[in-house]
Amino acid sequence: MAALTRRARAWHGAVLALAGLYFAAPLIASFVFTVDVPGQGLTGQAYTQILGAPGFLDGLGLSLLLAVATIVLVLALVVPAMVAVRLRPGRLGTVIEVLCTLPLVVPPIAFVAGIGSILQLGPERLSRTPLYQTFLAVQDERFPLALVLSYTVLALPFVFRSLDSGLRAIDVPTLTEAARNCGASWWQVLVRVLLPNLRSSLAGAAFLTLALVLGEYTIARILTFETFPVWIVKVSGSEARLSVAVSLLSLLITWLLLLALSSAGTRTTKNED
Amino acid sequence: MTISAKSSGAGVEFRALRRTFGSTVALDGLDLTIAPGELLALLGPSGCGKTTALRMVAGFDHPDSGQVLVDGADIVGVPANKRDAGMVFQSYSLFPNLTARDNVAFGPRIRKVDAATRRARADELLAMVGLPTQGDRYPHQLSGGQQQRVALARALALQPRVLLLDEPLSALDAQVRLTLREEISRLQKNLGITTIFVTHDQEEALSMADRVAVLRDGRLEQCATPVELYHHPATAFVAEFVGTMNRVPGRLTGEGRVEVAGQRLPVLGDVPAENTVDVLIRPEDVHVSADADGAARVVTVSFLGPTTRLFVELPGGVGVKADLATRQAAGLGPGAAVRVELAGHPVRVAASR
Repeated sequence: MAALTRRARAWHGAVLALAGLYFAAPLIASFVFTVDVPGQGLTGQAYTQILGAPGFLDGLGLSLLLAVATIVLVLALVVPAMVAVRLRPGRLGTVIEVLCTLPLVVPPIAFVAGIGSILQLGPERLSRTPLYQTFLAVQDERFPLALVLSYTVLALPFVFRSLDSGLRAIDVPTLTEAARNCGASWWQVLVRVLLPNLRSSLAGAAFLTLALVLGEYTIARILTFETFPVWIVKVSGSEARLSVAVSLLSLLITWLLLLALSSAGTRTTKNED
Repeated sequence: MTISAKSSGAGVEFRALRRTFGSTVALDGLDLTIAPGELLALLGPSGCGKTTALRMVAGFDHPDSGQVLVDGADIVGVPANKRDAGMVFQSYSLFPNLTARDNVAFGPRIRKVDAATRRARADELLAMVGLPTQGDRYPHQLSGGQQQRVALARALALQPRVLLLDEPLSALDAQVRLTLREEISRLQKNLGITTIFVTHDQEEALSMADRVAVLRDGRLEQCATPVELYHHPATAFVAEFVGTMNRVPGRLTGEGRVEVAGQRLPVLGDVPAENTVDVLIRPEDVHVSADADGAARVVTVSFLGPTTRLFVELPGGVGVKADLATRQAAGLGPGAAVRVELAGHPVRVAASR
């Protein structure tokens, strides 16, 4: 028995080491590439250049803004819908599940081709209607709402799964009725009772959306918006080391955000009084 | 006013309440009046409509027709959060992210009661339900019984005019259930709050309630004190649903009498048209004594502590249950020949099955 446990432990260790190597190797190689410059030896130049690199702050700022807007929009759409479905079970639950999962099976290129066609054709066909201004507004470079709407659709499957597992863990109808019985309005039920108890899954959904937006390239590139990933790829042509250094840094930032969100998600609410 | 002071309960009245779910009729014209300060148990089998009626007082369900009156005012259109009714649920319903104290203080917090007052009130209520030192614990750190006590304190925090208990003890261990049952009764009497208690456990209903309303298929079968209900059931359904009942074949002999197991007994209540009927007899009204010449035989013996239940086969193969004081049952083992006599008081009869 003890021998079997030792063997199992050895296997666990081996698998863990292999997985670690699989993840670490490209990161280490990338890091070495950014600091080891032929002819100059070890240098941190690639990292010190980042802040001053033209377009870095604009790209990062835009992507973070898009991420925040997408998180707010997708949660504002999905949370009330899923809570409503939990309170009144019926066929609508299945409809919402299918709708939220659908983006997984639509290839991003097909998705963006559709959006691109609409954004291009719309202003031509609707030039004499008020919708013309709307089409222009959603493509504003400073805050391209078209991207927020696209990312919201892409984020639906992840947000749905995360919230679904959170809602399964609590008895939504009973908690809602208990809160209503204590005098809470529907808004208070949502804000004071349901959302605090969905903290972990909300944090998970927000993080997945953030990671998706910070890493999304195809749609932004084809719709010609210079988000953070688009900027990284653009820079990689002329400043390969800088581009890899920024990628590593963005990975680090994402991990830190993950840590912050997950600790916020698991923290128990302190005494409310 | 402190929480423990006696509050004035409200009178509650159901008038011709009807509720259907698709083709299922949950309530079929329910009429019932609950006096201020009374503890009324709604008792009945699953699907009889008892929980639906309770949820209508809380505002979680709405009748297709009929009225729910509290102190004479119809509350059917009043939203659930504006009703003056505290409720304890069957499943554990404490807010998992809040401590016991914050759960109790939740209602006052919603009503914008200041922090010091609501904290004091929550602590007072927690002490009242026997949890004076558990205020800082989260629901997952409390036992099932403790959670239901906190839920009771939370339901009382807004000093409601009506307290609604939806099978609050059904998920608890037998011992905890007994203790909590007594404590709820004591609290209810002290506070004088009108209480509607839904249960399918007849023992719970009979031991706690001032009156018990027995529901069947959405209709009221009988509403009476526990003693009245047990000894003078209005219908055969109530007779069989409340307590244990034997059905023994008998024959109506006219003049309001029925012949059963060789005895003639007076008949209580309605008499079916057929001559052949089933006579309803409680096990404690079946007297069994050892008799070597007796025509009945003991089949099984079940020891229940102070009483022993015998299953006796009468001549003709009819089986009856008989409850005897355990001392009297000594020596009556399976196979023993016995003599069976029925208590002479009036019996209820039902159409033969």
